[in-house]
Parts: sequence; C-alpha cells; structure tokens
Amino acid sequence: MSKSDLQTRPQITIPLQNAVPLRDRMKIPRTVMPARDPQQRSRNFEEVNLGLPQNEALTEAMRCIECAKPGCVVQCPVGVKIKEVVSLIRTGDYLAAAAKMREDNALPAITGRVCPQENQCEGGCVLGKKGAPVAIGNLERFIADYERESGQLGLPAIAPPTGKSVAIVGSGPAGLSAAGDLVQKGHRVRVFEALHELGGVLIYGIPEFRLPKSIVKEEVDNLRRMGVQFETNVVVGKSVTIDELLQSEHFDAVFVATGAGLPQFLRIPGEHFNGVYSANEFLTRINLMRAYQASEYDQPVYDCRDRDVIVVGGGNTAMDAVRTARRLGAHSATLVYRRSQAEMPARIEEVHHALEEGIEFRMLTNPIEFIGDEKGWLTGARCVRMELGEPDADGRRRPVPIAGSEYVLPASVAIIGVGTTANPLIQSTTPDLKTTPRNYIVADPESMRTSKPGVFAGGDIVTGGATVILAMGAGRKAAVSIHEFLRTGSW
Amino acid sequence: MYRIVEAQSVGLNIKQFVVEAPRIARKQEPGQFVILRLHERGERIPLTIKSSDPAAGTVTIVVQAIGKTTSLLNCLEAGDSILDIVGPLGRPSEIQNYGTAVILAGSVGTAMALPTANALKQAGNHVIFIEGARSAPMVVFEDEVRQASSEACIMTDDGTYGEMGLVTKKLNEFLAAGRPIDFVLAVGPVPMMRAVAGITVPLGIKTMVSLNAIMVDGTGMCGGCRVLLGDKSKFACVDGPEFDASLVNFDVLMQRNAMYRDKECQSLKHFKEHEQEELAQLRAELAEKEAERARLSAEAGERDKHYV
Repeated sequence: MSKSDLQTRPQITIPLQNAVPLRDRMKIPRTVMPARDPQQRSRNFEEVNLGLPQNEALTEAMRCIECAKPGCVVQCPVGVKIKEVVSLIRTGDYLAAAAKMREDNALPAITGRVCPQENQCEGGCVLGKKGAPVAIGNLERFIADYERESGQLGLPAIAPPTGKSVAIVGSGPAGLSAAGDLVQKGHRVRVFEALHELGGVLIYGIPEFRLPKSIVKEEVDNLRRMGVQFETNVVVGKSVTIDELLQSEHFDAVFVATGAGLPQFLRIPGEHFNGVYSANEFLTRINLMRAYQASEYDQPVYDCRDRDVIVVGGGNTAMDAVRTARRLGAHSATLVYRRSQAEMPARIEEVHHALEEGIEFRMLTNPIEFIGDEKGWLTGARCVRMELGEPDADGRRRPVPIAGSEYVLPASVAIIGVGTTANPLIQSTTPDLKTTPRNYIVADPESMRTSKPGVFAGGDIVTGGATVILAMGAGRKAAVSIHEFLRTGSW
Repeated sequence: MYRIVEAQSVGLNIKQFVVEAPRIARKQEPGQFVILRLHERGERIPLTIKSSDPAAGTVTIVVQAIGKTTSLLNCLEAGDSILDIVGPLGRPSEIQNYGTAVILAGSVGTAMALPTANALKQAGNHVIFIEGARSAPMVVFEDEVRQASSEACIMTDDGTYGEMGLVTKKLNEFLAAGRPIDFVLAVGPVPMMRAVAGITVPLGIKTMVSLNAIMVDGTGMCGGCRVLLGDKSKFACVDGPEFDASLVNFDVLMQRNAMYRDKECQSLKHFKEHEQEELAQLRAELAEKEAERARLSAEAGERDKHYV
C-alpha cells in the first residue's frame, strides 16, 4: 500500500496515545505466542505457532513505552518504523499498521515468522534490559495475517510504465522484494527461477511447520497481480547467460539474487554412505518435493521412522532439519554441534521449540568419521568431545577436541547443516563479474552495483549465508539503486 | 508447460520425444542433460538430450521406461505436455582432436553419446562407435550411430543382432589388433562403464564416463548427486556428468544409486496396477494447468499492452 492510499483512508479518531500510564505499561507481562502441543506437533507438519489473538496483540502493543530514540528501528535491518506500527496497532487500526509495515517490508507475514528478532528489533528494545522486550515479531505476524485474512490487502499503486525492463535472477526473499519495489516504479520486471516453484529458500528450505507454503504463494500471487512476470525452470548461467539477458533479451538491468549455493560437507571419511544428506537435500526433498507425504508424492526420502537421526550444525537450517526428522517419526533426533548452546546461531524460539519437541542436543561434539555397513548404509558417527578454547576471528570461542574422548553415536541418517559456499554458475559464465576469493559476487554495499554495468547483486550470493530479512533489505536497496540507474542511465 | 511435438517408440520400452523448449534448444551442447517433472506430485529426474533444433525451439530426449516416472512419461504422445523441463544442465563434453576416439554406449546411453560422437568426428577424430544392447529390440539409432562415426559396431548380449558379446569384447579386439586408441567415452550402465575403465585406464588411455547419479535440483544446490573421485567429492550435476574414469569410485556410485531401490520398486508396481488411471489423472492435471496458464497470460497480455 502506498502513502497516497493511506491518505484516502478514513481519519482515525482514536488518539495515538497509549491509554496505560508509562509506569504501568512496564508491569504488563509479555504475551506468550500460543503454540501447538509439542507432543502432537512433533508428529505432523502443521504450523507450530498459532498467532496472537487480537486482544493479546492489543495488550502486547500497550507494553511499548515509545522511546524517543527507538532501538528497535535502529536494529531492524530494513528500518521498519516499528514504533509507529506498534502505536497503530494500539489504536486498533491493524490495516493501517500493516500498511505502515509494508512501506519498509514487503513480506511481513514471512519475516514475522522467520526473523531472528532477538538479535534485531527485540534485541534493541529497551524493555529487554530489565525484563522481556515487546514481542515485535509476534505483532508483525499478527497484523500481516490480519490483513491477509481480511482480504483487504491494498496493493500499492503502480507508476506509469517507464519502458524499462529488469531481469531478476532468483525468486527468494531478495528477488521478490526487489521485484515488488521495481514494478511499483513502472518498470517491466521478470523474475527467473531455476526450480519449478517460486519462493527460493522460503519454499525449498524453510519447513511448512515454521512457514506455511500458502503464505509464500500468497505473496508471490500479490506480486503477480502487481504485474511481475515469473519464469520458472530457467537456470541463469546455463539456460541463458547474463550477457544474453542484457543483449538479446534487451533487459536494461539485471539483479542477481541467486542465494546461498552449494552445500558444505564435513570432509570426513564416510560421507558417501547411504543415509548421509546435506541439509539442503534433505529439506528440499521434504519441503519442495513433499517427500513426507510418501503415499501421494513420488520423490522419496530415507524412511526415518524408528531410526536414529543426527543433524550436524547449530544454525536455523540444522534446526529445521532435526525438527523435520522428528516429524518423520525418528526414534531419536539429535542435534550435534561442536560449540555450546550459547554459541548456536539458530533463532532462540527454534531452540526452545526443538527442546520441547524432544530433540536431543549434543553440544561440544564433533563427528570425525561416518561408519557404515558392508552394503554402504550408514550405521553411526564417530564423534569427539570438544571444549571451548580461545576466541577465534569472529569472537566466538574456538572449539578444540578433547584427546581420547572419541565415541560412536549410532545413526541411520546423518544430515549435514554446516553452511554453504557460493554457487559458481553465473560467475563462471559472466567473465566481467568480479568475485571474492571465495567466489561470492562483489557488490557495493549501498548501491548493490557489481563490476559489470547494468548488473546488480544482493542477498546470500554477495554476503554468504545470512537471513531472510537481510536478503530482503538487499533486494530493496538494489531496487532503489536500479531505479536510479534506469532513470538517469548513468553508471 | 512444454509441448511434445513428436513421440516415437524407438526400441523396446525406449521412446524418443521432440519437445518444445526453446531456451534449452538454443543452449544445448553435447554431453548435457535436462531434469523434468511430469505433474504436481512428481519427482524430478535427469534425462539425456539427444539433439536440439534451435531454429524450431525443440529438444529431442530419449527415455527408457525403468521406474514409475519414466514409465508414465513413455505413455505420453505428441500433443501432450511435460509440466517442467529445466536445462541444459551439466558441463558439455570436452571436444578435441584426440586422434582415434572410441565411444562405447549401452542401449539408451547411445542417445547421450550421439551428440558427443558427432562433435568428435567434426573435430577431426577417427570415431569408432560401439553400441551394445541386451538384445535386438534394444538396439537403437543404428543409422545415426553410423553417421556419427567413422566405424560402427553393434553388439548384443544374446547375439540376436550385430555381433554377440559385450561392448568390452569389441574394445579388446581393437586393442588386440594393435589399433591405436587415444580417447574413450563410455556411457551406459555402471558395470559396463567400470569394465571399460578397467581395460583402458591401465593402458593410459584418456577415458571419460558419463555418470547417472541420483539428482534433485541439478544446479549444485542439494549435493545428492555427489560422486567420489579419488578422495574428492564432486557433484555430477555441475562438475559432471562426465568424469575422468581413472578417478571414479564406481562402488560408491552403485551403492548410492541403490539408495531408494525399494521405494522405486513399490512405486513402479503401484503404477503398473493403475497405469490408465495415472495417465488420465496426469492428462486432466495438465489440461487444468493449460487453462490456468491461458487465463494468466490473457490477464498479463492486458497489462503488458503498457509495455509495448
């Protein structure tokens, strides 16, 4: 929804003042996100969080003490005007709150579910210093869901056609948010996706129980209604090159938002045993190909029922994989991480939910070899216990193996979720695109311009594996910069 | 959706399809493949590209009915559509003038090997093409094999066509006769490729094999198709599918390709029992999608008037 639409809204009569006196607001306890029963949910793929009821959302909004310099806004990677959004919620005008949110964040129903709020907006909330911060993520989800369910989603106004066209490579969070912004400016926007379904990591990576696919589809449909064109089954770098997009297909600009690429393995013996998966493969089989509905869908996945499953890693991907294994009926689902729980990069809510669902955490443990039977099927992982030593380059204490502490952890399935490296398909077919020594694309952090005129890049293919919201932020920055380039024609 | 313009049975359970896929047709090079999906509940499977016609915007793929998806695909006819096809994937074959190049292909592997054979011949190689099949009805593309090569031999396991014996028998005959061989490409079942490598690698002949690992996305994202080359892990979809046979661990490849065998068998058995229903369901789904697509493009056409 654009600002002009907002102005045509009926004037809000309720004063934007919080009725509860300041000192009392801080006494209101943080509302709790209702969630499905852990026993029940750990056997199905339904969404875990149920969403705040309206009265709880109102109460939660009352807790905001409206800081003069709101830390939440500063800490938000896309600078959502959270203070204003929360005060609109307090007045009960949820649609206006959602519209305000959409000024800076095109996909609030998604980020409300998957952002690591504790490190971002909620981490900057002053209430968090003494008690619990305002549940900004839960409020964000509430207004986005309210807006969607109301059917009153005001699509933003589209500027008159500029005659310029932009190719966007990748339909993940970076690509989708750039597409939304650029189409509003009147440019023709075409998004190319390598897979058969749109949404990138939101579809193949994040499981249904954390982000229902229907929500992603809805956002994609909104973009389609706004005029964004989508073409699936195109691997840019193979089906068509960047140069061909610019020359023979006459796009005026290209935004490369291909996301995180190749899965990293542990490079330990035995990684070829049947039953060892990358988290990308395991999650793609489940999320994109729906292998968990084995009776209806053709793509198989290892039958985890009554098996011991281990997942290696400490981030959100590892957490998604281990909770998925649990839902597939694993006898045990164990997370193996070489540092301690405090260093885990996963969202705090996922850690909490995983523990509730009976996931076993084996911290300070590192696999050094996979063991299998004579037919090549995995039977276990030889692990070594670790202890934390001196801090390393990123400030986290480096885990070091404890001599003589090796033992075998039995497992039929092992899933490796320790990060990704850059996918080289575009870089290798675009010689004048500058890359880092690790083969990520070099792009200016503000203008998102690459070394190649007309080509912009953002998201995980520039930064390496990060978060949905950072990728969206990159997409939005790129849209501003691409618009500027198309308007002025100067590079 | 990708319309099938021609469908033709070319051997026992082997069918050739000409499919409208202009992007793939423009870019295809010898040695590359596609991944396709037939319906919303379908799996993604890699398939060979035999040739392409950039002007007509079509690619020719060859399918042997082995599992459920390939069996269902082979029920389709001209006028039907394939829901999703992506490609061309993988690195193209390395084409050089090696001197004498021997291509060994097992039945449907012939389709994959043909464009490479053609390119090698054009590059000036003396191309010896040895096609093998279990039995006469599985011998495919004999005319094209003869055209793409300087010498062609057809072998059948049971002697019902051409010469009786495995492709390796013929290879050994060439070697025994003292024919110089500078390059070998083997495309076929893993035991066949392994047997070829077992002969030529010890002789120091550069030998490539085209590996048919299990894949999902085909872009390097999932790592499911990893193969062991010496002590290094490579992805067949982006680093291959052709690899230096002297480094390939064929045991690991066989073991990994057997990963879902039980499910594949169950799935195929179920399909065989419900073949006509499954086909009718697929056609209904495609028709529905066709209608949906037409509606969307009409809507978009309305909008796109602005952009002209």
